[in-house]
Amino acid sequence: MSFESHTDLARRRLLGTGLALSGLALAGCASTGGSGPSIGRVVVVGGGFGGSTAARYLKMWGGNIDVTLVERNPNFISCPISNLVVGGHKQMADITRGYDGLKALGIKVVQGEVTGIDAAAKKVRLAGGGELAYDRLIVSPGIDFMTDGIGGLASALATDQVTHGWKAGPQTVLLRKQLEAMPDGGVYALSIPKVPYRCPPGPYERACMVASYFKTAKPKSKVLVLDANPEIQSKKALFEKAFKDHYAGIIEYRANNELKEVQGTTAKLEFDDVKANVLNVIPPQRAGDIARSANLVNVNSRWVGVNWLTMESTAAAGIHVLGDATFPAPAMPKSGHMANQHAKVAAAAIIQLLKGEAVNSAPVVMNTCYSFVTARDVVHVASVHQFDATDKTFKTVPGSGGVSAAANQIEGRYALSWAENIWADMLAL
Amino acid sequence: MKRISVAAAAAATALLATPAMAQDANLARNLAATCANCHGTQGAARGEMKPLAGVPADKIVAMINDYKSGNMPATIMHQISKGYTDEQIKLIAGYFAAQQPKK
Repeated sequence: MSFESHTDLARRRLLGTGLALSGLALAGCASTGGSGPSIGRVVVVGGGFGGSTAARYLKMWGGNIDVTLVERNPNFISCPISNLVVGGHKQMADITRGYDGLKALGIKVVQGEVTGIDAAAKKVRLAGGGELAYDRLIVSPGIDFMTDGIGGLASALATDQVTHGWKAGPQTVLLRKQLEAMPDGGVYALSIPKVPYRCPPGPYERACMVASYFKTAKPKSKVLVLDANPEIQSKKALFEKAFKDHYAGIIEYRANNELKEVQGTTAKLEFDDVKANVLNVIPPQRAGDIARSANLVNVNSRWVGVNWLTMESTAAAGIHVLGDATFPAPAMPKSGHMANQHAKVAAAAIIQLLKGEAVNSAPVVMNTCYSFVTARDVVHVASVHQFDATDKTFKTVPGSGGVSAAANQIEGRYALSWAENIWADMLAL
Repeated sequence: MKRISVAAAAAATALLATPAMAQDANLARNLAATCANCHGTQGAARGEMKPLAGVPADKIVAMINDYKSGNMPATIMHQISKGYTDEQIKLIAGYFAAQQPKK
């Protein structure tokens, strides 16, 4: 459905003059935060790790540039560290931050839902009828779920009988409440989809966090990990060691256990059924809904292909896509850290493009991911990716990556510092 | 003759490489931004992370080289440091050295 058909002529005329509609000021009216004429208008859709970072760096590096950030939620709630909330070691307030820092920089933050993108007219439509005109658009929509292949899952999620907990927020709270309400001796089952999915080590960290809670509060309970993959997908040896050293008799790991159907809190697999007290299903994923409705999805019907020098979509000119929604370069993880790095490549490139100058021909991105295996012990995986001009993609530098030698408490403190630093970096805290 | 041509080629490469590097005035800034997730925006780190803003460039370069060689034990920087070329490390170090340390 094209939103152009909903756009009456009068509204288009109004847009052409740059006037505000429905009480929402257009990007062109936003404060530029500096003197001199604006070099352009950038609208950012999505205020997560990618979008917020992009907005902040556009303003920091671009100076006189109109930046509008559209985000549906009133606050940012971090997926990284949210497994500590699930485990009862942190509270929601610890992973929630506001957008005031971005507003103070002169970024216009609009709490709202984007319902359509008109790439030809360079306009974004908002729920409620407002529109935002842009010179360059950034779409950082994260992921949405593919529940069609798993019978009963969509309704089980919709009725809160089953949780995904893979977007931090009310789902995190719900999962925690279900675990608290579960009787000792109960079973928590965690279904992991086939790769690729958001945050490769995240499910195994979650298993550890739930098990750490059971170990002290409900020692007769079990954590059953139903992995659709043939093995642990990240930090394998370190997680296997954690399962054995800390959670023997609590965590049971099953490879090649793809979820087929959900009935109540029973997980139906290929060969058997698992009756759980708390069923947590991480569904298969694709680029967020707005990427699909804007016809940006052009790889495997799931992801958005991008030009890695600019993060511009290969499907639509003038639209830059960040983070988990992209079809990744080889060995590039879907992580908040990587989305932040994508955002910096995009911000630098967009400023150059608006000025009519050449973009950086040698960008670098890197990833660091910390996972808690106990409330204090952490393991990491890291990698550095340099742009390869011949193959026009990012490639991992040999020897630049790796994992912790062993779980340790020093990295437990670094993990929390990492969170404070990246939240401050993206939200200008 | 052969020796001369090799030297000439090396000189030509150096001449080509230098302006190409210098062309992008934002390269140091862009490279240093890859460190900000842990070491803070423009090197103003919080918590237990090492602040880099205002640290002399030669000190940063020496630290990175020690991480790369294994002379300085690390939890993670012995891996990440190997992802950047010596030229990139110099640019990053120069950028952080020029930033105001957080008070």
